[in-house]
Amino acid sequence: MNALATTSARPGAARRRRRRGLTPWLLLSPIVVLISVFMAYPIINVLYTSFFHKNVVMPWNDGFAGLDNYRRMFFDDPTFWPSLGVTGRWVLVQVTCQLVVGLVLALIVNERFRARGPARALVFSPWAISGVLTTSIWLLLYNPSTGIITVLEKFGVSSVGFAPLADVDTAFWAAALAELWRGIPFFAILLLAEVQSIPHELYEAASVDGASRWRRFWHVTLPHLRNVIILSTLLRGVWEFNNVDLLYTLTNGGPGTSTTTLPLYVAQVATISSDFGYGSALTTVAFVILLVLSILYLRLSRLGKD
Amino acid sequence: MTMTLDKATGSAPAAPAPARRRHTGRDRTHHLRITLPLVVFLVLTLVPFYWMILYAFRPRGSNSLLPVPFTLDNFVYVWNTVGYDVYFRNSVIVALISMALTTVVSVAGGYAIARYRFAGRPALMVALLCTQFIPGAMLLIPLYSIFNSLGLVNNLWSLIIANVVFELPLTVILMSSFIQKIPFELEEAAMVDGCSRLRGFLAVILPQLRPALVAIGSFTFIGAWNSFLFALMFLSTQELFTIPVGLSYTVGEDSINYGVMAAGGLVAAVPVVVIFGFIQKFLVQGISGAVKG
Repeated sequence: MNALATTSARPGAARRRRRRGLTPWLLLSPIVVLISVFMAYPIINVLYTSFFHKNVVMPWNDGFAGLDNYRRMFFDDPTFWPSLGVTGRWVLVQVTCQLVVGLVLALIVNERFRARGPARALVFSPWAISGVLTTSIWLLLYNPSTGIITVLEKFGVSSVGFAPLADVDTAFWAAALAELWRGIPFFAILLLAEVQSIPHELYEAASVDGASRWRRFWHVTLPHLRNVIILSTLLRGVWEFNNVDLLYTLTNGGPGTSTTTLPLYVAQVATISSDFGYGSALTTVAFVILLVLSILYLRLSRLGKD
Repeated sequence: MTMTLDKATGSAPAAPAPARRRHTGRDRTHHLRITLPLVVFLVLTLVPFYWMILYAFRPRGSNSLLPVPFTLDNFVYVWNTVGYDVYFRNSVIVALISMALTTVVSVAGGYAIARYRFAGRPALMVALLCTQFIPGAMLLIPLYSIFNSLGLVNNLWSLIIANVVFELPLTVILMSSFIQKIPFELEEAAMVDGCSRLRGFLAVILPQLRPALVAIGSFTFIGAWNSFLFALMFLSTQELFTIPVGLSYTVGEDSINYGVMAAGGLVAAVPVVVIFGFIQKFLVQGISGAVKG
C-alpha cells in the first residue's frame, strides 16, 4: 500500500543504475499510452461534455448548454440530492463495518488452529465473487418464497412473506448486508498480511509487562496497523463510492430512490436514458466530491505521522 | 518479504507445548476466543453459497434442505438453452487476454520504475496512485464514445482494453515494489557473466517473481472475469455477452426461474472460487510483500 513511500524512500538500490536514455520510457510506453488515451482523455472529455446537451436518443437537441446541466442537477433534479445522502450512508456503513469485522476476522485466522489454511480460504472466498453474482445469491436468500426466510418462518423468527428488498425501510440494509458479505474479506486479507508482520518481541515484551490481551491489541497491534488502515479505508471508501454492480442488479436503486447512489444514478443515466451531457455533469460533480473528500481524509488522518 | 511467517515458527505468541498439556482451562478459552467466532464466520460465509448450490441442484418444486433428489436439468438448460456455453467462452477469452496483457505490461513498467531513475518518475508514480480515485463507472460515457470512434463497440476488445486500463495502475505499483526487493547484485552478476540485460532479467529476476506473477495474474483474471458495467455498456449482442452480463439478464427477468439463476451463478462462481482457493495464500503474501518495502 505504501508503495509510493517505499519506492521513493529507497534511492540506494536504484542510484547504482542511474542510466539516462529512453529505455525506461520505452518499457513504460504501453502504460503511458493506455492511461492517457483511456483515462486522462476521457476525464477531460467528461468535463467538456458536461457543458453540452448530448443525447444519443435525441440528437436534434444537441448543442452548447453552458451551465444548463448543472442548473438542472442542483435545482430541478429530484434524485440528485437524495442520492448524495444515500452515497454517504453507503460508504460510511460499508467501510466502518468491513474494517471492524474484517480486523476481527484477520485476528482470528491469524491464531493457530487445526485446518487453518482451508478455513482461511473458505472465509475469504467471497472476496472473489462479483457484484452480479452476489446479487443472484442474495436475491435467492431474500426472496420471500425461496429464501432463508422460508426456513426462519418455520421457527417463528420472521413474519410470513417478508421481502426485505421490496421495503423502503429495509432495502438499504438488505443491500448493505449483501455487500458486507463479500467486502469483509477484502480488509481481512489486507490486514492479515500486516498483522503477520508484527514482530513477536513486541507482544512478548508487552506480556512480560503484564499487559492484558486487550491492552496488547490496543497498544501494539493497532498502532502497527495504523497506516495500512488509513490507506485501505481510503481506497475502500473510494471503491465503495464507485461500486455500482451490486446495487445496479440487486435493487436498481429502488424501491423509489432509497438505494440510488450517485454513481448508480450516473450509470442509469448513461445506460438507460443515454443522456450523455447530463450524465457527464453528474460525473464531474461526483468526481470533485470524491477528490475533495479524499484530500480531506488524508489531511485529517495525517498519514505517515508516527 | 514476509513469506515465511506463515510457517510453524511464526505466528502465535503463545508457546505451543504447554497448550497441549494444560487441557481444560486453556482449551475452553481457546474455543471461546477462536473456535466459536470462527464457526460463526464460516456459517455466515457458507450459507449463501450453500443456498445457491441447493437451488442449482434441486428439482423445481422440491422443498428439501438438501439437494436430494438431485438434478442437472438446470445446468443443461443454462448451458444449452440460455447460452452460457457462449458466455463462458467469451468470459474465458476476455479474462485470459486481460490477464496476459496486464501482467506483461506491468512487469515491463514495474521493472522500469524499480530499476531506473529518470525525469518524470515521481510524477508518474503520483499519477498512477491518482488513477485509483478515478471511478470506472463514471468513465462509461466517454469510454463508450472513444470505443465507438475506434469501431470497437460491441467487440470483446473494448472490454479487454477497459479491464486492462483499470487494473494496470495498481498492478504496476505492486510489481515495481516486488522487483525493487530483488537485490540488484543478482542481475549485475548475471551481466558480468556476459548476459544482456534482458537475458539477465529473464534468467535471474523472472524466476524470483513467481509469487508476484501468480498474485497479480490471478488478481487480474478474477477482476476481468467479474467485470460487469463495462461489459453491459460496450457489448450489445448476445453472442458477445460475458457471464456477468448473462447473469444480470437472468436476474432481471420478470419471473425469475430461481433454479436457472442459481445454476448460472454457480457457473460464474466455480472458476474464480477455485482459483482463489489456490492463490489465497499467495495473495496474502503478495500484499504483505508489496506493503513492506
